[in-house]
Amino acid sequence: MARFGMVIDTQRCVGCMDCVVACKTENQVPEGFNRDWIATEVRGKFPTLALEIRTERCNHCDSPPCVTCCPTGASHVEELGKIVLVDPELCIGCKACLASCPYDARFIHPEGYADKCTFCIHRVKEGKDPACVAVCPTRCMHFGDFADPNSEVSRLLAARVHHALIPEAGTSPRIFYLT
Amino acid sequence: MTILSRRRFLQIGAGVAGAGTAAALSPGTPVWADFFGSAQPGDVVETVPTYCDLCFWKCAAIATKKNGRLWKIEGNPADPLSRGRLCPRGTGGVGTYYDTDRLHSPLLRRKSRGEDEWSEVTWDEALGFIADKLKKIRAEHGPEAVAYFSHGIGGNFLKHTFKAFGTPNLVAPSYAQCRGPRDVGFQLTFGEDVATPERTDIAKARCLVLVGSHLGENMHNSQVQEFAEAVGAGATVIVADPRFSVAASKAKHYLPVKPGTDIALLLAWMNVLVAENLYDHAFVETHGFGFDAFRAEIAACTPEWAYPITTIEPEAIRETAREMARHRPATLVHPGRHVTWYGDDAQRSRAIALVNALLGNWGREGGFYFPASFALAKYPYPAYPHSERGTVDNPGGKYPFADLGLTNGIRAATLSGQPYPIKGWFVYATNLMQAMPNQEETIRAIQALDLMVVVDVVPSEIAGWADVVLPESVYLERYDDFNTEAFREPFVSLRQPVVESPGDQRPNWWIARELAMKLGLGAYYPWQSVEEYLEARLAGTGLALAEMKRRGVVVGPHRPINVEEGHPLAFPTPSGKVEFWSTQLAEKGFDAVPKYTPHAEPPPGYFRLLFGRAPVHTFSRTQTNPLLHEAMPENEVWVHADVARRWVLENGRKVRLVNQDGVISQPVKVKATERIRTDCVYLVHGFGQTAKGLKRAVGKGASDAQLITRYAVDPLMGGTGMNVNFVTFQPVAGAEA
Amino acid sequence: MTELTTTRANPLIDPALHVWGWEIPLYLFLGGLVAGMMVISGYFLFSGRWRNTRSACYVLPGMSLVLLSLGMLALFLDLERKLFVWRLYTTFEPLSPMSWGAWILVLVYPALVANLLLRVPAPLRAQAPALGALSDRLVERPAALRWIGAMNMIWGGLLGIYTGVLLSALGARPLWNSALLGPLFLVSGLSAAAAFVHLIAPDVGERELMAKADNGFLIAELVFIALFLIGLLSSTAAHVHAAGLILGGPFGALFWVGVIGLGIVLPLSIQLLAVQHRVAHTPIAPLLVIAGGLALRFVLVQAGQVSHWNRIPSF
Repeated sequence: MARFGMVIDTQRCVGCMDCVVACKTENQVPEGFNRDWIATEVRGKFPTLALEIRTERCNHCDSPPCVTCCPTGASHVEELGKIVLVDPELCIGCKACLASCPYDARFIHPEGYADKCTFCIHRVKEGKDPACVAVCPTRCMHFGDFADPNSEVSRLLAARVHHALIPEAGTSPRIFYLT
Repeated sequence: MTILSRRRFLQIGAGVAGAGTAAALSPGTPVWADFFGSAQPGDVVETVPTYCDLCFWKCAAIATKKNGRLWKIEGNPADPLSRGRLCPRGTGGVGTYYDTDRLHSPLLRRKSRGEDEWSEVTWDEALGFIADKLKKIRAEHGPEAVAYFSHGIGGNFLKHTFKAFGTPNLVAPSYAQCRGPRDVGFQLTFGEDVATPERTDIAKARCLVLVGSHLGENMHNSQVQEFAEAVGAGATVIVADPRFSVAASKAKHYLPVKPGTDIALLLAWMNVLVAENLYDHAFVETHGFGFDAFRAEIAACTPEWAYPITTIEPEAIRETAREMARHRPATLVHPGRHVTWYGDDAQRSRAIALVNALLGNWGREGGFYFPASFALAKYPYPAYPHSERGTVDNPGGKYPFADLGLTNGIRAATLSGQPYPIKGWFVYATNLMQAMPNQEETIRAIQALDLMVVVDVVPSEIAGWADVVLPESVYLERYDDFNTEAFREPFVSLRQPVVESPGDQRPNWWIARELAMKLGLGAYYPWQSVEEYLEARLAGTGLALAEMKRRGVVVGPHRPINVEEGHPLAFPTPSGKVEFWSTQLAEKGFDAVPKYTPHAEPPPGYFRLLFGRAPVHTFSRTQTNPLLHEAMPENEVWVHADVARRWVLENGRKVRLVNQDGVISQPVKVKATERIRTDCVYLVHGFGQTAKGLKRAVGKGASDAQLITRYAVDPLMGGTGMNVNFVTFQPVAGAEA
Repeated sequence: MTELTTTRANPLIDPALHVWGWEIPLYLFLGGLVAGMMVISGYFLFSGRWRNTRSACYVLPGMSLVLLSLGMLALFLDLERKLFVWRLYTTFEPLSPMSWGAWILVLVYPALVANLLLRVPAPLRAQAPALGALSDRLVERPAALRWIGAMNMIWGGLLGIYTGVLLSALGARPLWNSALLGPLFLVSGLSAAAAFVHLIAPDVGERELMAKADNGFLIAELVFIALFLIGLLSSTAAHVHAAGLILGGPFGALFWVGVIGLGIVLPLSIQLLAVQHRVAHTPIAPLLVIAGGLALRFVLVQAGQVSHWNRIPSF
């Protein structure tokens, strides 16, 4: 069973927000809301500094608490690549999933349902990368199947030092950052 | 306790719907967030290729419409510039169409200039008014009394009209306010300039040196893509910058150079390369001129000499020079682009050119390549009238090495009436209020005019000062000239309409043509439609307009671009060689080899004001684009955390900046950070806009341009160095904070 | 020094999570109160002591129905897609405490109605004789009474516990990472219910009994809160930080004064003295208990949303 996820090379990322803008236009994300965003961390004292820039979004976790807490089944795991999605037709807007996400990746769409990154499943179904991955001018984002040991994402993880976000929350996120 | 009060998302949702019904909306302007979700079965999806206009890079793009409505824009995979991926501004290009602040009809001012009160008029009235005034100026003062300011390829047709009109005063701020000194510095050394796009083979560089250049925040698409390639390939990056930029974070060596002292650092690098025999001997012997004299000039510029000036330790200077030598000729000291800093910028750029020359990278892989362009036929126009008087911006060749027009020269002539008066300004797509230093001079110059015309897409600050404002269609609604800029690959790309203009906006070619007709210059517009013009330009290429409309960009056969591929090395300098010593400069009384001169320091309690770029904005022209506005609605003033503490400036709260001449900025958020030296502050350019028609942008952040009242003019070529202003902090009261 | 910036500014999420305002704490409180009432009235029913029509326990089921409906109204008001609320009942999601809660609530009503059926008042009997007849039949069967009593105790208990599990299942909020939240909310609900009876009971014996029960519940509540805090303080840095939010920090005042001081310690002290007849019974104590129960829910729900895992990974 395929498990889609991302590997993102923070060495190449410049934090240009192309991924943010592309997601907005591709998915018509309403003004004032973001499915993805840029986080910047600075450590040290001038001039000895380290900077990590990360493009972040829903991590489509292997153990998604947003799915288990959903009372209507709106939040669910798709067969295709184990992508985590919300079915707006079933969502009542109780916001338990917003509270359940350690990454605060979800939000309430103006129409009342919980919304978040969908890994552009409508593009993935056509064999394309998510919009953010496809647009990235530094080519730092990689999307693929972790269940396939020969996929680019699997090989990148095997070859490079990487970390995921808040692993101690125990959700097994499927987005990894190469350092 | 704010936690207990729940933010009402419904209000925000209503705001989204409300944006579609706001009174400011011009009739017919569609609302971007009107439809949600991607294409469903049954949707009609259509793609139209074009090239981007969010900055001057002109990446070829493909716009997608869904059921006739503009949906998104992506890169054209065949495009050598973008390689199929646009930058965030290009990706946000749909926002230019949906921008609710757009101009939608020609405007004639009702009161005095600058009072920002307008009547809507027809194109006929507006162009008639302009033509009448232009003819009057021509009769009283000659056609040269009209100056044309422009930025971008959209200005080409209007430039043609004004050339036909008979004025030689055609200028772009991108020269004297931006890259001019760099091109002069390189011309004096190698005989050629750096070109646009820059002819830098960053992707293959094994060592990349950036002096103040902040690639990654400065979002020239090809440059950033190549920068990422170089970083990904393990290239060594060396960054000299008073601010720890994104590029600095990827550097093996970060040199927190003191602002204004870069020439000393460059001279010290030259000194090490020469003293330790690390330079490319073969290259210098074969292609160098005046090396011995050069060597003598830099002999005293040791790292120890540079240390107290630059605050960079001598060992760091040596180590980085050796690192550069280790990877030559694939070591590239990037010339930068916006280099108008301190007034000795042409010499500093020459210093950069000299370091590159010592590394022998001219025409080499990983260094500077020879760009190739796609040859298109020129349209057979009648010859332009010749002006006896010549241009007005550089009287007597005061700036002997200026090879393009000086905007500040035009402005000075407008104010003084010398060497002859300038009575009309026609401004296309450039907000001179933020582009040029000392806004007060610009305003006084404008007030001295008989005619001020601005062509723009939104009611910008410069438009506010016009007599007539002409609303242009955005790039998604119009044809423009072909883009055939020289690059690694020769290519030609087409801009064509994707959607119709929602209001009474017109394309620049139409404006240029109609104005020409009214001026009696019909002979210069023999073509009836712009398609006819474009088709004629393709003559002899084997391409037809129909094919260009389908493909968007066509790449020509690859030509050798560097020595490795067989391109010959030639240096069109007076000596025919790389001029380590410049006789041209010596003859004109300038330093034949750059020298370091100290610049004024900030007085106690003041900080040098530095400014730069953000990747989601272009100058001051994208702040009303809803997508890009949302990505970055305002700028912040970067202040070192210790300075912020001492001045009791809280991170995220607002402060006003006051410059050395008492000019007070708008309130701006403080970014207290470790990422900057303690002697300077930094702003992203383009904010603090005052035009009240820019509803999204007005009052957001502070304008660096407003605080740039002093500028240092480069004696070689007239560029305006703008990093010469100092600011202190003024607390902001109550609600404004 | 570490600087962390984000470009995200989503409503309800940034700068700190605040998806639930007053509706959820109010519902949790009313749910807990009703749960306590159901356990108490169910207990009296089960042990055969329900018949005194003048006892406060007699009115509990009716009050529960009203209060629970108010609570559910608050829940409904919190929903962002109210018209889709019926979707809760087209499925059962066994891993979702909220789904459990939705169905528990559905089953709570029949238990309450059954309890109410034992007490059909005269005017209603006149209107609907069939109802009266049913009531009489039920009342005569001790087994039926015990069943109804047990059902009320069980569903009430589940109702009380699930409101705490609802929060503790949301692992992303470290403040709520405690298995004690379920029992704590149940005990708090029992305490509020006992306080309620204590407040309105005309019969002195009943009042005394409920006051003593309340004292027991209050002591248990203190113990549970202490264990809850100890659990957090002996766990990871994120949990220690979360505990700090209510021990000091932005919620410290409401916690110490509203929940502990005025909500438990003061009324407990008064009631301990009262049941020893050293002071007179006063309505102030049970009112404080009830207010304290509400404050407990508010503090935990608001502070919990603010608590978060360390967002800064080490690299």
